Amino acid sequence: MDVLDLARMQFGVTTVYHFLFVPVTIGLSMLVAILQTMWRATGKTAYLRATKFWGKLFLINIAMGVVTGIVQEFQFGMNWSSYSRFVGDIFGAPLAFEALLAFFLESTFIGIWIFGWDKLKPALHLACIWLVAIGTVASAYFILAANAFMQNPVGYQINETAGRAELTDFGAVLTNPVVLSAFPHTIFASWLTAGVVMIAVSGYHFQQRRDLDVHRPALRLGVLTTLVGGLGTTLSGDALGKVMTSTQPMKMAAAEALYQTTYNAPFSVLTIGSLDGRHGTPIIEIPGLLSYLGTGSFNGEVQGINDLNAQYQTLYGAGDYVPYIPLTYWSFRLMIGFGLLAIAMAVIVWWFTRKGGNPTHRLFWPIAMWMVLTPFLANSAGWIFTEMGRQPWVVFSLLETEVGVSPSVGVRTVAMSLIGFTLVYLMLAVIALKLFLKYAKAGPPSEEDALAGASGPGTDPEKPMAFAY
Amino acid sequence: MELTTIWFLAIAVLFTGYFILEGFDFGVGVLLPVLGRSNRERRAMINTIGPIWDGNEVWVITAGAAMFAAFPHWYASLFSGFYLLLFAILIGLIIRGVAFEYRGKGTTDKWRQGWDLCIFTGSVLAAFFWGVVVANIVRGVPLDANFDYTGSVWQLLNGYALLGGLTTLLLFTTHGAYFLHLKTAGEISERARALGLRLAVATAVPAAAFLIWTQAAYGSGLSLVLIVLCVLSLVAAFLLDYSGRGGLAFASTCATVAFAASGLFAALWPDVLPSTSDPANGLTAVNAAATDKTLGIMTWAAAIFLPIVLLYQGWTYWVFRKRVTVEQIPT
Ligand code: HDD
Ligand code: HEM
Ligand code: HEM
Repeated sequence: MDVLDLARMQFGVTTVYHFLFVPVTIGLSMLVAILQTMWRATGKTAYLRATKFWGKLFLINIAMGVVTGIVQEFQFGMNWSSYSRFVGDIFGAPLAFEALLAFFLESTFIGIWIFGWDKLKPALHLACIWLVAIGTVASAYFILAANAFMQNPVGYQINETAGRAELTDFGAVLTNPVVLSAFPHTIFASWLTAGVVMIAVSGYHFQQRRDLDVHRPALRLGVLTTLVGGLGTTLSGDALGKVMTSTQPMKMAAAEALYQTTYNAPFSVLTIGSLDGRHGTPIIEIPGLLSYLGTGSFNGEVQGINDLNAQYQTLYGAGDYVPYIPLTYWSFRLMIGFGLLAIAMAVIVWWFTRKGGNPTHRLFWPIAMWMVLTPFLANSAGWIFTEMGRQPWVVFSLLETEVGVSPSVGVRTVAMSLIGFTLVYLMLAVIALKLFLKYAKAGPPSEEDALAGASGPGTDPEKPMAFAY
Repeated sequence: MELTTIWFLAIAVLFTGYFILEGFDFGVGVLLPVLGRSNRERRAMINTIGPIWDGNEVWVITAGAAMFAAFPHWYASLFSGFYLLLFAILIGLIIRGVAFEYRGKGTTDKWRQGWDLCIFTGSVLAAFFWGVVVANIVRGVPLDANFDYTGSVWQLLNGYALLGGLTTLLLFTTHGAYFLHLKTAGEISERARALGLRLAVATAVPAAAFLIWTQAAYGSGLSLVLIVLCVLSLVAAFLLDYSGRGGLAFASTCATVAFAASGLFAALWPDVLPSTSDPANGLTAVNAAATDKTLGIMTWAAAIFLPIVLLYQGWTYWVFRKRVTVEQIPT
């Protein structure tokens, strides 16, 4: 393996890993804020207990998101120095905005929220968690704007002497059509993810029939969030597909392994046969759906891989411009499929728990709990599709991935850090999961514990601190 | 003023802010096994930085991102060239950050000892290697015509850089001791004071050697002033702590860190990463910079948002101004 392969592998491993925690952070920060708001609005202690319970799970998750994020920030320079030189003038600014506008907000107010239960007036304390939630969404916007430039470069000109892309229009970078669709898609997907987590954890307690006064509202909130997130993900995904077809037609063709340009292109749900060969044997096919996804009309034209490759060769010179088809084909399907499964689960759970119900079939809750995996698989598949479907480009039409890698870094160096990060990440994954399960199973604090310090600044300086590390 | 000058200053300010703020966090981490004799004491120590360490860490994320945006070549050459040093720092920051959050969430002694070790090791790694990194920036490294680093990792572990690492490690530890003296009460606070006095003396030796070396080899008029102020503020910290003025003593170690960092940046200016192989290949604030367009946008953003950040971070310190005592920690 050469430096390029290792650097790509490292990017894939560390980023997919970072993105396991990110959607949960984005979604749960909002849900915790909602629970705390419900407590303030109604005064019911059950909501306060739910806030503290979910707050703890949220913190276990965010710690991982934070520490893996720093690796991301450094990695562009470490492994992709030529890429950084090429795009820095454009790509750096959204990252700096993200740090300045979002990360400071998030990390400062999360600290105040954790430790400030007994130090701030309740309304101010509530404002802190909302600021955290706003910060997570802002951070997603800026990083996705940076990513969108790689999918569809806008607002730049090429400076031949300096050998780099230079910014001409920052507004265009921030309103790239790709980010305008990818941002809602990612946020909705995050809500769906957090909603499913909430259903799964509440489901465990439904099965145990414990503390249902706390878990029933949470379950309902989880179902609602999943459904809103699911609907939004689907609609915005449809919009994103259309943007993608016009900006990166090769990716859409690769999503369907469509080799010949076709009108009324079908969407195959299952295929056997050779995917990299020129013929597959679709088993289940939905006529016209691909055309609809890509163009908005069932008879729209979807360009095929072979034609596009020939077209790109005249545009960009000799070479192979086809991404690895089996991966794009399957990751696209798995994203959609797992997402639909999650939505279906939420509908079923809603149906059987409405009007105070609690299903007794011994497989009902275990299945609902295991479904917690689906949004994570869908998220990872979606990103793998997005990033691998862009290959061989790192910045579409401007810079090929193999040119972007650091020339000064040796194989042994990258191998060492890849192994190092992977080992540390694996250990932390086991620990974080164990902790999450332990606290998820332990359930909410008692009424008394939940109320301790929750009513704002007290008078006894010697009393134990709220939520201390 | 040229935009490139403004951004050189901005990067210097961000790193200096980072070293002041996370400097004492690192110090607390290094001192954890030394000053914390029981689990409750160690918990009290961790809780002094509990609400703020994450916000402090964002300073380096912002510094890195701002460097990427304002000086893409500096970011690219530095991060790819100093690869393994940054890898060590990253591992340190990861295990440390998770440890703060997870330590209190287990119940066994083994669990807590493991995380204490992570906090200690992570803090030492980061505090030491940041010094090595900054020293190497000032000293310069071999670069080729594309500004890519051509040396090996061993060349980065030269005498000057190692001395720089030792200096930051000791200086941050001292800084942490003064912070703990101020932010805790009772026995830990007293111990922190006693240790802080001895640490200040221990820091003075390598720091003086490192700073004199810096001034002699790379210094300018401005760096001389800053380095002298750095030494004076360390002496002031010692004297103030000796006479029991904990608050002012901590303010003095803040100044020591600030003067040390800004002295190094002053010695560096107008370069950002000199080349030791061929001076023509060196990076300066001009040839490493982004376009004026990008720098202009960034200037607006920083001018508006950095003061807001300072306000709310300052407010956090106000909210958590009370000392943390062992008695507050549940048994
Ligand atoms: C729970 C997660 C989830 C679910 C259910 C879906 N997606 Fe998705 N999708 C993502 C999570 C995701 C993602 C991980 O968040 C991605 C990766 C990049 C991005 O912006 O969002 C993504 C990317 C992504 C892209 C690639 C954009 C690009 O490369 O520029 C398209 C075309 C779609 N999605 C379309 C859909 C459609 C039509 C869906 C359903 C009918 C759908 N997604 C469901
Ligand atoms: C939004 C910010 C993101 C940016 C700026 C970004 C940028 C990059 C870069 C520079 C590479 C390396 C070059 C390449 O191989 O194309 C890459 C590859 C990759 N990224 Fe992203 N990425 C982002 C988000 C994500 C996320 C969230 C995931 C997954 C959850 C992801 C998954 C991958 C994978 C799997 C690769 C490896 C592809 C390969 O083997 O080449 N990316 N991305
Ligand atoms: C590959 C590019 C990426 C980089 C450079 C990056 C950088 C970072 C950094 C440095 C942090 C830590 C902030 C702190 O200390 O508080 C972080 C956390 C976070 N990132 Fe990423 N990130 C990337 C991908 C993404 C993507 C694709 C998203 C969302 C769509 C995202 C959303 C977040 C959020 C919400 C947080 C804060 C919460 C958490 O840590 O879980 N990031 N990221």
